[in-house]
Amino acid sequence: MRGPINFIIGSVRLVLRGGKAYYAWMAFLLALILWGGIAYVDQLRHGLIMTGMRDQVSWAFYIGNFTFLVGVAAAAVLLVIPAYVYSWKPIKEVAIFGELLAISAIVMCLLFVTVDIGRPERFWHLLPLVGALNVPASLLAWDVLVLNGYLVLNVVIVVYLLYTAFNKQPYNKNFVVPLILLSIPAAISIHTVTAFVYNGLAARPFWNASILAPRFIASAFCSGPAILLILFQILQRTTSIRLQDEAIWKIAELMAYAMFFNLFLFGAEIFKEYYSNTYHLSHTRYLYSGLHGHTALVPYAWASFFCSVVAFLLFLIPSTRKNIVTLNLGCLLIYSGVYIEKGLALVIPGMTPDVLGEIYEYTPTLTEIRIGAAIFSIGFLIFTVLCKIAIPIIQGEYSVDSLKS
Amino acid sequence: MSQDYAGKAPAPRVPCDVAHKGAADGGLNRREFLAGAGLTAMSAIATTVAGAAPGFIESMLRRHFKELSPDEVQERLRLLEEEYSSRFGKKVTVAATPPMENVLFGYALDLSRCIGCRRCVYACVHENNQSRDPQIHWIRVLEMAKERGIDLEEADPYYDHDTVPQEDSFYMPVACQQCRNPPCTRVCPVQATWQEPDGIVVIDYDWCIGCRYCMAACPYGARHFNWGNPQIPAAGLNTDMHVLGNRPRVAGVVEKCTFCIQRVRKGRYPACVEICPVGARKFGNLLDENSELRYLMREKRVFVLKEDLNTQPKFYYFYAT
Repeated sequence: MRGPINFIIGSVRLVLRGGKAYYAWMAFLLALILWGGIAYVDQLRHGLIMTGMRDQVSWAFYIGNFTFLVGVAAAAVLLVIPAYVYSWKPIKEVAIFGELLAISAIVMCLLFVTVDIGRPERFWHLLPLVGALNVPASLLAWDVLVLNGYLVLNVVIVVYLLYTAFNKQPYNKNFVVPLILLSIPAAISIHTVTAFVYNGLAARPFWNASILAPRFIASAFCSGPAILLILFQILQRTTSIRLQDEAIWKIAELMAYAMFFNLFLFGAEIFKEYYSNTYHLSHTRYLYSGLHGHTALVPYAWASFFCSVVAFLLFLIPSTRKNIVTLNLGCLLIYSGVYIEKGLALVIPGMTPDVLGEIYEYTPTLTEIRIGAAIFSIGFLIFTVLCKIAIPIIQGEYSVDSLKS
Repeated sequence: MSQDYAGKAPAPRVPCDVAHKGAADGGLNRREFLAGAGLTAMSAIATTVAGAAPGFIESMLRRHFKELSPDEVQERLRLLEEEYSSRFGKKVTVAATPPMENVLFGYALDLSRCIGCRRCVYACVHENNQSRDPQIHWIRVLEMAKERGIDLEEADPYYDHDTVPQEDSFYMPVACQQCRNPPCTRVCPVQATWQEPDGIVVIDYDWCIGCRYCMAACPYGARHFNWGNPQIPAAGLNTDMHVLGNRPRVAGVVEKCTFCIQRVRKGRYPACVEICPVGARKFGNLLDENSELRYLMREKRVFVLKEDLNTQPKFYYFYAT
């Protein structure tokens, strides 16, 4: 039992120690969590009427963020594949951060779903054996399974790798490699199943297109690495982690291909909708040009499009890809572009106009924004804590020996 | 009024399909134990945080209606009656009237007669104890231009004229289409909604987690969510309730039209059929060839909404004149 206890003590010590900037950052996150937590208590008391959602638009900000974050979590696989399967050195050290990000993102996903449901205290109805999980019929039931499975898988891999490194033991390849290989289809599956949640609804033609799942994957392979690239640079400045430029450029190049594929699929969708010009077009029109004077989403839709196109060009051209300023700009653009595309611009037009043709123009309320901010803060908090533990252990600066001194 | 929609006396009652699946075991079974142990702590927190009423924990741990034994169903009904009677200060009866044999309920609506008066909307609200604040309506009446025909995109559900019908408009009420192939029940992650043997799609309000996936899946906007705490004035409460129908709901669960399950399983017409001043609404047993419904389907031409989605509604529209 000494081993695990030492590991826990060591981890707690790492988390509690830090500079002023670290404490300020943690205090900032905790303040946001408190601010949003109070809003959530209010929402629990008064119901989801505190949000901007109504019967016409019955999923919105929370589910949009959930969808986006599933993409972020799945994208860890983009780094895991080359890192472990082809043992390509420069990426290998960043892959572990992809997994840490996946854990944080999945926790955020689960929280966004939790705050969206009307009776959260009945979550146990979703538990296998105890509840009545509707498999195989319900895609949401499948989503519960794959998301939790993916979370457990990543936690096991990360904890095992860190634990062995902490104890200065070599890790058992026969144990880790199969798990890592399993995490690749698992990452694809969380995104595919989440796409199918929407895709399977014939009532919503905006989602009922086979191109949805491939587009989910393509855009996830842009947004996830974009966040990672920015995080790496923050880590380079604030910690002893050093990454080779090569690794960063390689990731940026992969993102350019993913974004090209995403834009191509987008074009295919736009062609089909506008050329066939059926009733189904009204959702796309609501998004890009407004419908009957309702134009709330139009600026966001175009902003998302331009962000994606400009970022694609920045990552495609080698000189801008290798320039730190344009690289970061590209990451920000991709992040914003995909955040809009997979968040509000996916969920809301799917429900506007509603199934009987009514246009209810949704805008999020302060309650939703506050709760959303709290969930993102929890995600950042988890990521910060995980990095705080992982970095010194990976760098060999902290181990079981450190406890003895 | 106790008209007989089926043109014959109701068939002898059979035990409710949903009531005899669970085993009548005494004491705690493993599920209850697991659920109870894991949740007691959480429910204590939830009670303090949400300021929930007493009985919150009991209601949180309620089991799925279909898993209850006949005795447990009776126990559940008694519990609900007590709860509602004390809350509203009047005697309430909650029944679990089972489906009748050889009955498949169907509905037909004559678009040439409907005048858009919305009496059905409010009769439904009263009969089925929908929340008055915030307002929930199970029936949505769409006003459409005669010169365009049925065009949902151009329909107006919020028309507000001094008199109806308007000369150049016709009216299309839409509620649950009671699909034979309902997309809403399939998507429910916790099996809280299902189709009964008599064709009525129902919801277990004690089991629904409020994820609203069914609302996304329904092509007819028939499902409604309790966004706030539903308010019903005691004076306006319908005390004749069915456990899967018009009993009062709580915030955070989905509800929908049940063809007035508390009425039709006792051989009465749905409230909207009774109230309609022009006789535009028809109801009956699709399995009975002599029913008015089957007569209409034979003699008139009926159609269903969004037939391309293969939902196969048991709610038909027709033009009698």
